[in-house]
Amino acid sequence: MTHVASREPFQVFLNAHSGAVLGFLRAFVGSADADDCFQETFMSALRAYESLDGANPRAWVLRIARNKAIDHHRARARRPVPKGDLPDVPAPTAKRTDPELWGAVADLPEKQRAAVALRFASDLRFRDVGEAMGISEAAARRNVHEGLRKLRETVNKETR
Amino acid sequence: MMTKESLERALAADRRALSGAAAQAAARFAERAGTEGVAKVTYAQVDTPVGIASVAATERGVVSVGLPNRALDDFLAELADGVSPRIVEAPGALDETRRELDEYFGGRREAFDLALDWQLVPGGFYRKVLRATARLPFGITATYGEIAGKAGNPRAHRAAGTALGSNPLPIVVPCHRIVRSGGDPGDYGGGAEMKRWLLELEGALSEG
Repeated sequence: MTHVASREPFQVFLNAHSGAVLGFLRAFVGSADADDCFQETFMSALRAYESLDGANPRAWVLRIARNKAIDHHRARARRPVPKGDLPDVPAPTAKRTDPELWGAVADLPEKQRAAVALRFASDLRFRDVGEAMGISEAAARRNVHEGLRKLRETVNKETR
Repeated sequence: MMTKESLERALAADRRALSGAAAQAAARFAERAGTEGVAKVTYAQVDTPVGIASVAATERGVVSVGLPNRALDDFLAELADGVSPRIVEAPGALDETRRELDEYFGGRREAFDLALDWQLVPGGFYRKVLRATARLPFGITATYGEIAGKAGNPRAHRAAGTALGSNPLPIVVPCHRIVRSGGDPGDYGGGAEMKRWLLELEGALSEG
Protein backbone atom coordinates (compact mmCIF):
# COMPACT_ATOMS: atom_id res chain seq x y z
CA MET A 1 0.00 0.00 0.00
CA THR A 2 1.38 3.39 -0.92
CA HIS A 3 1.54 5.94 1.81
CA VAL A 4 -0.37 9.09 1.04
CA ALA A 5 0.94 11.99 3.09
CA SER A 6 -1.87 13.74 4.83
CA ARG A 7 -2.04 17.31 3.77
CA GLU A 8 -3.32 20.27 5.74
CA PRO A 9 -6.51 21.88 4.41
CA PHE A 10 -5.77 24.50 1.73
CA GLN A 11 -7.55 27.20 3.72
CA VAL A 12 -5.02 26.75 6.54
CA PHE A 13 -2.17 27.06 4.02
CA LEU A 14 -3.83 30.16 2.50
CA ASN A 15 -4.24 31.86 5.88
CA ALA A 16 -0.66 31.06 6.83
CA HIS A 17 0.98 32.49 3.70
CA SER A 18 -1.34 35.20 2.31
CA GLY A 19 0.50 37.99 4.18
CA ALA A 20 3.92 36.90 2.95
CA VAL A 21 2.69 36.56 -0.64
CA LEU A 22 0.86 39.90 -0.75
CA GLY A 23 3.83 41.62 0.93
CA PHE A 24 6.24 40.16 -1.59
CA LEU A 25 4.07 41.08 -4.57
CA ARG A 26 3.51 44.65 -3.44
CA ALA A 27 7.24 45.11 -3.07
CA PHE A 28 8.06 43.26 -6.30
CA VAL A 29 5.41 44.45 -8.81
CA GLY A 30 3.79 47.37 -6.95
CA SER A 31 0.39 47.84 -5.35
CA ALA A 32 -1.56 48.15 -8.59
CA ASP A 33 -0.71 44.66 -9.91
CA ALA A 34 -0.20 42.87 -6.61
CA ASP A 35 -3.79 41.74 -6.15
CA ASP A 36 -4.12 40.20 -9.65
CA CYS A 37 -0.83 38.36 -9.13
CA PHE A 38 -1.99 37.24 -5.69
CA GLN A 39 -5.12 35.67 -7.17
CA GLU A 40 -3.15 33.93 -9.93
CA THR A 41 -0.53 32.70 -7.47
CA PHE A 42 -2.97 30.99 -5.13
CA MET A 43 -5.03 29.61 -8.04
CA SER A 44 -1.88 27.88 -9.36
CA ALA A 45 -0.94 26.76 -5.84
CA LEU A 46 -4.40 25.24 -5.36
CA ARG A 47 -4.22 23.38 -8.68
CA ALA A 48 -0.80 21.99 -7.82
CA TYR A 49 -1.48 21.54 -4.09
CA GLU A 50 -1.29 17.75 -4.09
CA SER A 51 2.23 17.91 -5.56
CA LEU A 52 3.61 20.11 -2.76
CA ASP A 53 6.11 17.90 -0.91
CA GLY A 54 5.51 19.72 2.36
CA ALA A 55 9.15 20.54 3.09
CA ASN A 56 8.87 24.29 2.74
CA PRO A 57 5.40 25.48 1.74
CA ARG A 58 6.22 29.18 2.13
CA ALA A 59 9.22 29.08 -0.21
CA TRP A 60 7.12 26.96 -2.60
CA VAL A 61 4.25 29.47 -2.85
CA LEU A 62 6.63 32.46 -3.08
CA ARG A 63 8.41 30.78 -5.96
CA ILE A 64 5.06 30.55 -7.74
CA ALA A 65 4.39 34.21 -6.86
CA ARG A 66 7.68 35.36 -8.35
CA ASN A 67 7.03 33.42 -11.58
CA LYS A 68 3.51 34.87 -11.83
CA ALA A 69 4.84 38.36 -11.24
CA ILE A 70 7.49 37.97 -13.96
CA ASP A 71 4.85 36.61 -16.41
CA HIS A 72 2.55 39.47 -15.52
CA HIS A 73 5.30 41.99 -16.13
CA ARG A 74 6.17 40.44 -19.52
CA ALA A 75 2.53 40.40 -20.61
CA ARG A 76 2.28 44.05 -19.66
CA ALA A 77 5.47 44.94 -21.52
CA ARG A 78 4.09 43.33 -24.72
CA ARG A 79 0.98 45.50 -24.66
CA PRO A 80 1.30 48.82 -26.50
CA VAL A 81 2.02 51.50 -23.94
CA PRO A 82 0.04 54.74 -24.24
CA LYS A 83 2.04 57.93 -24.63
CA GLY A 84 3.74 58.80 -21.37
CA ASP A 85 3.89 56.68 -18.29
CA LEU A 86 0.72 55.25 -16.80
CA PRO A 87 -0.11 56.92 -13.53
CA ASP A 88 0.78 54.73 -10.58
CA VAL A 89 -2.68 53.78 -9.31
CA PRO A 90 -2.57 53.04 -5.61
CA ALA A 91 -4.37 49.92 -4.40
CA PRO A 92 -7.63 50.74 -2.61
CA THR A 93 -6.55 48.98 0.58
CA ALA A 94 -3.56 49.56 2.86
CA LYS A 95 -1.30 52.53 2.24
CA ARG A 96 2.44 52.05 1.87
CA THR A 97 4.32 53.04 4.97
CA ASP A 98 7.12 54.65 2.99
CA PRO A 99 6.30 55.34 -0.68
CA GLU A 100 9.75 56.78 -1.52
CA LEU A 101 11.54 53.74 -0.22
CA TRP A 102 9.29 51.39 -2.18
CA GLY A 103 9.77 53.54 -5.24
CA ALA A 104 13.52 52.94 -4.86
CA VAL A 105 12.90 49.19 -4.44
CA ALA A 106 10.98 49.22 -7.73
CA ASP A 107 14.08 50.57 -9.50
CA LEU A 108 16.35 47.72 -8.35
CA PRO A 109 17.40 45.04 -10.86
CA GLU A 110 14.97 42.09 -10.87
CA LYS A 111 17.03 39.63 -8.78
CA GLN A 112 17.93 42.15 -6.12
CA ARG A 113 14.35 43.39 -5.99
CA ALA A 114 13.07 39.83 -5.55
CA ALA A 115 15.66 39.04 -2.88
CA VAL A 116 15.00 42.24 -0.90
CA ALA A 117 11.22 41.72 -1.16
CA LEU A 118 11.47 38.08 -0.01
CA ARG A 119 13.82 38.92 2.85
CA PHE A 120 11.95 41.94 4.24
CA ALA A 121 8.40 42.06 2.88
CA SER A 122 7.92 38.28 3.31
CA ASP A 123 10.29 37.87 6.28
CA LEU A 124 12.13 34.87 4.83
CA ARG A 125 15.47 33.55 6.07
CA PHE A 126 18.29 33.66 3.51
CA ARG A 127 18.07 29.92 2.96
CA ASP A 128 14.38 30.27 2.05
CA VAL A 129 15.02 33.35 -0.09
CA GLY A 130 17.39 31.16 -2.06
CA GLU A 131 14.89 28.32 -2.26
CA ALA A 132 12.11 30.64 -3.46
CA MET A 133 14.42 32.06 -6.14
CA GLY A 134 16.03 28.78 -7.13
CA ILE A 135 19.52 30.02 -6.18
CA SER A 136 21.97 29.19 -3.36
CA GLU A 137 21.78 30.72 0.09
CA ALA A 138 25.06 32.55 -0.57
CA ALA A 139 23.72 34.01 -3.81
CA ALA A 140 20.55 35.08 -1.97
CA ARG A 141 22.69 36.89 0.62
CA ARG A 142 24.67 38.65 -2.09
CA ASN A 143 21.52 39.82 -3.84
CA VAL A 144 19.98 41.16 -0.63
CA HIS A 145 23.23 42.83 0.38
CA GLU A 146 23.74 44.45 -3.00
CA GLY A 147 20.08 45.53 -3.11
CA LEU A 148 20.32 47.16 0.32
CA ARG A 149 23.51 48.96 -0.66
CA LYS A 150 21.81 50.48 -3.71
CA LEU A 151 18.72 51.39 -1.71
CA ARG A 152 20.77 53.25 0.89
CA GLU A 153 22.57 55.12 -1.85
CA THR A 154 19.33 56.16 -3.52
CA VAL A 155 17.45 57.03 -0.35
CA ASN A 156 20.35 58.97 1.20
CA LYS A 157 20.88 60.87 -2.04
CA GLU A 158 17.23 61.89 -2.18
CA THR A 159 17.00 63.03 1.44
CA ARG A 160 20.30 64.89 1.52
CA MET B 1 20.97 59.63 6.79
CA MET B 2 19.57 56.14 6.67
CA THR B 3 21.64 53.42 8.32
CA LYS B 4 21.48 49.78 7.32
CA GLU B 5 19.39 49.02 10.41
CA SER B 6 16.86 51.82 9.90
CA LEU B 7 16.53 50.79 6.26
CA GLU B 8 15.81 47.19 7.23
CA ARG B 9 13.25 48.37 9.79
CA ALA B 10 11.53 50.58 7.21
CA LEU B 11 11.35 47.70 4.72
CA ALA B 12 9.82 45.39 7.33
CA ALA B 13 7.30 47.99 8.59
CA ASP B 14 5.02 47.42 5.62
CA ARG B 15 4.33 43.84 6.74
CA ARG B 16 2.21 44.80 9.71
CA ALA B 17 0.25 47.38 7.73
CA LEU B 18 -0.65 44.66 5.27
CA SER B 19 -2.40 42.00 7.32
CA GLY B 20 -5.92 43.38 6.78
CA ALA B 21 -5.41 43.65 3.02
CA ALA B 22 -3.98 40.12 2.92
CA ALA B 23 -7.01 38.70 4.74
CA GLN B 24 -9.33 40.44 2.26
CA ALA B 25 -7.38 39.20 -0.74
CA ALA B 26 -7.41 35.66 0.71
CA ALA B 27 -11.19 35.79 1.24
CA ARG B 28 -11.75 36.98 -2.34
CA PHE B 29 -9.54 34.18 -3.60
CA ALA B 30 -11.26 31.48 -1.52
CA GLU B 31 -14.71 32.51 -2.71
CA ARG B 32 -13.58 32.45 -6.35
CA ALA B 33 -11.80 29.10 -6.00
CA GLY B 34 -14.97 27.67 -4.46
CA THR B 35 -17.36 29.04 -7.06
CA GLU B 36 -15.14 28.10 -10.02
CA GLY B 37 -14.74 24.53 -8.79
CA VAL B 38 -10.94 24.60 -8.49
CA ALA B 39 -11.41 23.80 -4.81
CA LYS B 40 -12.89 20.34 -4.26
CA VAL B 41 -14.53 21.18 -0.93
CA THR B 42 -16.07 24.45 0.23
CA TYR B 43 -17.08 25.17 3.79
CA ALA B 44 -18.76 27.86 5.84
CA GLN B 45 -19.62 28.49 9.45
CA VAL B 46 -23.25 28.85 10.47
CA ASP B 47 -24.55 30.64 13.54
CA THR B 48 -27.19 28.59 15.37
CA PRO B 49 -28.99 29.13 18.69
CA VAL B 50 -26.80 26.39 20.20
CA GLY B 51 -23.44 27.64 18.88
CA ILE B 52 -21.43 27.89 15.67
CA ALA B 53 -21.79 24.90 13.36
CA SER B 54 -19.79 24.17 10.20
CA VAL B 55 -20.98 22.81 6.89
CA ALA B 56 -18.99 21.53 3.92
CA ALA B 57 -19.97 20.60 0.37
CA THR B 58 -18.50 19.08 -2.77
CA GLU B 59 -19.83 19.58 -6.29
CA ARG B 60 -22.23 16.70 -5.55
CA GLY B 61 -23.77 18.22 -2.43
CA VAL B 62 -23.41 18.61 1.33
CA VAL B 63 -20.72 16.19 2.48
CA SER B 64 -20.27 17.01 6.17
CA VAL B 65 -21.89 18.95 8.99
CA GLY B 66 -19.88 19.87 12.10
CA LEU B 67 -21.97 20.40 15.21
CA PRO B 68 -21.01 23.28 17.53
CA ASN B 69 -19.02 21.05 19.92
CA ARG B 70 -16.72 20.08 17.04
CA ALA B 71 -13.47 22.03 16.68
CA LEU B 72 -13.08 23.56 13.20
CA ASP B 73 -9.49 22.24 12.82
CA ASP B 74 -10.70 18.74 13.45
CA PHE B 75 -13.63 19.13 11.05
CA LEU B 76 -11.31 20.37 8.27
CA ALA B 77 -8.63 17.74 8.94
CA GLU B 78 -11.20 14.98 8.51
CA LEU B 79 -12.32 16.45 5.19
CA ALA B 80 -8.70 16.82 4.02
CA ASP B 81 -8.07 13.14 4.77
CA GLY B 82 -11.43 11.75 3.69
CA VAL B 83 -12.34 13.89 0.67
CA SER B 84 -9.60 16.25 -0.56
CA PRO B 85 -7.16 18.79 0.95
CA ARG B 86 -8.34 21.34 -1.62
CA ILE B 87 -10.66 22.99 0.90
CA VAL B 88 -11.55 26.69 1.03
CA GLU B 89 -13.89 28.79 3.11
CA ALA B 90 -16.50 30.06 0.62
CA PRO B 91 -19.70 31.14 2.38
CA GLY B 92 -21.10 32.52 -0.89
CA ALA B 93 -20.88 29.10 -2.56
CA LEU B 94 -22.96 27.69 0.32
CA ASP B 95 -25.69 30.35 0.38
CA GLU B 96 -28.60 27.96 -0.09
CA THR B 97 -27.31 25.44 2.47
CA ARG B 98 -26.74 28.14 5.06
CA ARG B 99 -30.20 29.58 4.43
CA GLU B 100 -31.91 26.22 4.92
CA LEU B 101 -29.98 25.56 8.13
CA ASP B 102 -30.91 29.03 9.42
CA GLU B 103 -34.56 28.33 8.68
CA TYR B 104 -34.46 24.92 10.38
CA PHE B 105 -32.81 26.27 13.55
CA GLY B 106 -35.25 29.19 13.53
CA GLY B 107 -38.22 26.80 13.46
CA ARG B 108 -39.24 27.85 9.92
CA ARG B 109 -38.25 24.70 8.02
CA GLU B 110 -39.13 21.03 8.54
CA ALA B 111 -37.38 19.31 5.63
CA PHE B 112 -34.16 20.05 3.76
CA ASP B 113 -34.11 20.50 0.04
CA LEU B 114 -30.36 19.90 -0.35
CA ALA B 115 -28.35 17.49 -2.47
CA LEU B 116 -26.20 15.22 -0.28
CA ASP B 117 -22.83 13.65 -1.01
CA TRP B 118 -22.67 10.31 0.85
CA GLN B 119 -18.98 9.61 0.24
CA LEU B 120 -18.02 9.81 3.93
CA VAL B 121 -20.63 7.19 4.84
CA PRO B 122 -19.34 3.63 4.55
CA GLY B 123 -21.45 1.32 2.39
CA GLY B 124 -23.49 -1.65 3.53
CA PHE B 125 -25.56 -1.64 6.68
CA TYR B 126 -24.22 1.76 7.88
CA ARG B 127 -25.46 3.44 4.77
CA LYS B 128 -28.83 1.68 4.92
CA VAL B 129 -29.32 2.90 8.50
CA LEU B 130 -28.49 6.50 7.58
CA ARG B 131 -30.66 6.39 4.44
CA ALA B 132 -33.58 5.14 6.53
CA THR B 133 -32.88 7.89 9.08
CA ALA B 134 -32.90 10.50 6.33
CA ARG B 135 -36.49 9.49 5.53
CA LEU B 136 -37.79 10.05 9.08
CA PRO B 137 -40.04 13.12 9.01
CA PHE B 138 -39.68 16.18 11.22
CA GLY B 139 -40.97 15.64 14.74
CA ILE B 140 -41.17 11.82 14.43
CA THR B 141 -38.82 9.64 16.45
CA ALA B 142 -37.85 5.98 16.12
CA THR B 143 -35.95 3.63 18.43
CA TYR B 144 -32.57 2.11 17.57
CA GLY B 145 -34.31 -1.25 17.05
CA GLU B 146 -36.92 0.29 14.74
CA ILE B 147 -34.33 2.00 12.55
CA ALA B 148 -32.29 -1.24 12.41
CA GLY B 149 -35.47 -2.95 11.19
CA LYS B 150 -36.06 -0.30 8.50
CA ALA B 151 -32.46 -0.91 7.39
CA GLY B 152 -33.22 -4.61 7.03
CA ASN B 153 -31.96 -6.16 10.27
CA PRO B 154 -34.24 -5.62 13.30
CA ARG B 155 -31.83 -7.35 15.69
CA ALA B 156 -28.87 -5.09 14.84
CA HIS B 157 -29.82 -2.19 17.11
CA ARG B 158 -26.22 -1.90 18.40
CA ALA B 159 -24.75 -1.69 14.91
CA ALA B 160 -27.44 0.87 14.08
CA GLY B 161 -26.27 2.92 17.08
CA THR B 162 -22.67 2.78 15.84
CA ALA B 163 -23.74 3.84 12.34
CA LEU B 164 -25.69 6.78 13.74
CA GLY B 165 -22.78 7.73 15.99
CA SER B 166 -20.53 8.08 12.94
CA ASN B 167 -23.06 10.12 10.91
CA PRO B 168 -21.04 12.76 8.99
CA LEU B 169 -24.27 14.61 8.13
CA PRO B 170 -26.05 15.33 11.43
CA ILE B 171 -29.12 17.62 11.29
CA VAL B 172 -29.64 17.04 7.52
CA VAL B 173 -29.63 13.28 8.16
CA PRO B 174 -31.58 13.61 11.43
CA CYS B 175 -29.92 11.04 13.68
CA HIS B 176 -31.23 13.03 16.66
CA ARG B 177 -34.66 11.51 15.89
CA ILE B 178 -33.43 8.06 16.93
CA VAL B 179 -34.04 7.58 20.65
CA ARG B 180 -33.87 4.82 23.27
CA SER B 181 -36.86 2.51 23.61
CA GLY B 182 -37.63 3.81 27.12
CA GLY B 183 -38.17 7.31 25.72
CA ASP B 184 -34.85 8.71 26.91
CA PRO B 185 -33.22 10.63 24.02
CA GLY B 186 -29.88 8.85 24.50
CA ASP B 187 -26.42 9.74 23.19
CA TYR B 188 -25.63 12.32 20.54
CA GLY B 189 -22.45 13.41 18.79
CA GLY B 190 -23.27 17.03 19.54
CA GLY B 191 -23.97 16.21 23.19
CA ALA B 192 -27.10 14.88 24.95
CA GLU B 193 -28.19 18.43 25.73
CA MET B 194 -28.24 19.39 22.07
CA LYS B 195 -30.24 16.27 21.18
CA ARG B 196 -32.83 17.30 23.74
CA TRP B 197 -32.85 20.85 22.31
CA LEU B 198 -33.42 19.57 18.75
CA LEU B 199 -36.22 17.22 19.80
CA GLU B 200 -37.84 20.08 21.67
CA LEU B 201 -37.55 22.31 18.60
CA GLU B 202 -39.40 19.61 16.66
CA GLY B 203 -41.98 19.11 19.42
CA ALA B 204 -40.90 15.47 19.69
CA LEU B 205 -39.78 15.35 23.30
CA SER B 206 -42.10 13.06 25.30
CA GLU B 207 -43.15 14.47 28.65
CA GLY B 208 -41.80 13.01 31.91
